[in-house]
Amino acid sequence: MLRRYLIPRFLQYLLVIFVGVTIVFFVPRLTPVDPVQQMISTIMKMGTYLDPKAVEQMTESLKELYGLKGSLFEQYLAFWQRLFKGDFGPSLFRFPIPVIKLIGDSLPWTVGLLTVSTFLSWIIGNILGGIVGFYYEKRWARVIESIAMFIRPIPYYVFALIILVVFAYLLKWFPLGGGMPIGVRPSFSITFILELFRYAFLPLLSMVVLGVAVTLQTMRLIVSNIVKEDFVVYARAGGVKKRLIAFKYVIRNAMLPQVTNLALSMGQIFSGALITEIVFSYPGMGTLLYNAIATGDFNLIMGIATLSIIGISTFILFIDLLYPLFDPRVRYR
Amino acid sequence: MSVLKDLLRDGKFRLGFIIICIILFLGILSFFSPYDPTRWNVVPRDLPPSLQHILGTNSQGQDVFWQLTFAIRNSLTIAIIAASFSRIIAIIVGLIAGYRGGRVDRVLMGINDSFLVLPLLPILILISSLIKGRLSFVTLGLILSAFGWSWDARVIRSQILSLRERDFTYTAILSGSKTMSLVFKEYFPFVIPIVFSTLINNMSWAIGMEITLAILGLTNLEIPTLGTMLQWALSYQAMLLGLWWWLFTPVITSVFLFVSLYLLSVSISEYLDPRTRIQRIRVIKE
Repeated sequence: MLRRYLIPRFLQYLLVIFVGVTIVFFVPRLTPVDPVQQMISTIMKMGTYLDPKAVEQMTESLKELYGLKGSLFEQYLAFWQRLFKGDFGPSLFRFPIPVIKLIGDSLPWTVGLLTVSTFLSWIIGNILGGIVGFYYEKRWARVIESIAMFIRPIPYYVFALIILVVFAYLLKWFPLGGGMPIGVRPSFSITFILELFRYAFLPLLSMVVLGVAVTLQTMRLIVSNIVKEDFVVYARAGGVKKRLIAFKYVIRNAMLPQVTNLALSMGQIFSGALITEIVFSYPGMGTLLYNAIATGDFNLIMGIATLSIIGISTFILFIDLLYPLFDPRVRYR
Repeated sequence: MSVLKDLLRDGKFRLGFIIICIILFLGILSFFSPYDPTRWNVVPRDLPPSLQHILGTNSQGQDVFWQLTFAIRNSLTIAIIAASFSRIIAIIVGLIAGYRGGRVDRVLMGINDSFLVLPLLPILILISSLIKGRLSFVTLGLILSAFGWSWDARVIRSQILSLRERDFTYTAILSGSKTMSLVFKEYFPFVIPIVFSTLINNMSWAIGMEITLAILGLTNLEIPTLGTMLQWALSYQAMLLGLWWWLFTPVITSVFLFVSLYLLSVSISEYLDPRTRIQRIRVIKE
């Protein structure tokens, strides 16, 4: 199992990180824009007069800051070195706080939102999808399926916006945004946790509903194919109880491709979480990214892009390593 | 034509087809617009929907209905550019990986899988935040196409893998036909339908990405697209000011657009899968 399952997974993990980091490194250098020049012109636009000598000095120090010194290959090596040290330079819009600190502060919010919503939508989606797929001829099953079909293609942004308008503007049931009430100190009291939940509810709702729609549909498709397999027909003919067939024979088999699907769609779900956070101004990495874009903070955008690549591929590796627990065939190979 | 007729038997396809035809019609109407979409203050501001301005006017003094027609046209253009270029990449990668097999296949699919699982949004944001002002919608389409090919390359590869093992491949090779002509003459007819069904999916992905990037202020806000329309409505706080027609127009249109594209792609891929096609014929007969 180690040689045939784990080692290829680990190699793929390293490859994903390599490809991702390489893209993040080279793409900005392929664009005609020079972040250093951009930075200097923003400073000049603010009305400060700089004499040519100061500009030259600043160009040098900014080049150093962005890691733009030396040949392209030297820069590339230096980039990896800094990456291993977790050094992405200082943030420019909140100078001189290091980028890594800003990301670290907003990470718990994103991780919380992402794991809770992914977990919930995967479980609910699979159970609902399993039932809908098992009874695919029933009328109510078709109704659920067509609802999912209408929700699924809506992008995260548009869906979150609709939820926000309906539940926060029109009905006023939930706060318009933010992560917790202003001026409240974090504590472990029940009221604080309830408040946290109240603020997290709408972002969670919009992510879970979309997630459920996707999982439900793929699960239904897999289950409705398994139901037609010989072993299920045979079990039915042999008089095995229907519930037993549904859970032990059908859904268990259908779960396996769903684990793989989850791993494959993790990147998309993560992008969706960033967008949802921006809509609800939830204080996670999405909102941080939004601020970074608004202020043109190149270091921060770079840091978020690099770290999210590493984070997501590690998460996928984790799912891959758990896979043998679900599938005995992989375990005994 | 007979394919279209077969497809139209499916309720999902019919619904999607009707909606997409209406949306296309709106997009074509933009050629007859009485107003220039980039100019401001051509009509009175903040008017609610009326006979003269079907969808009202916005705070920039533009007619929302005619703005919408331009938005649809531009969004669809971006989507078509992005989808067709990424199709070309997907076909090339899929064909080479599937046909050559072995080490080439493993390397290409390793890279392909990396693209598949990478969180694309932060990367796209990084790129577009650098070329912010100069991002024309052709460039945007090309950038999106550079990232939207991986899933479809995988699908095409697996199709080629199975074709390669069939007898007609050996017949063709033994009778001396060149690799290129084998690929183009024999394999393409099998690949084209897959390309078409993934094209629609990819278009809808590209439209969604355009909206997202526009909301973040990363595209050229002068060009009306569904995304920039939404962005302007949001930045003018249309909801708080009670200008619901301004905000809801792009939202509802894009929801209809996404749903119809999805219905079309589901229906086409069901049609392409012979097992479900037989089922459908059986349902019709019963």
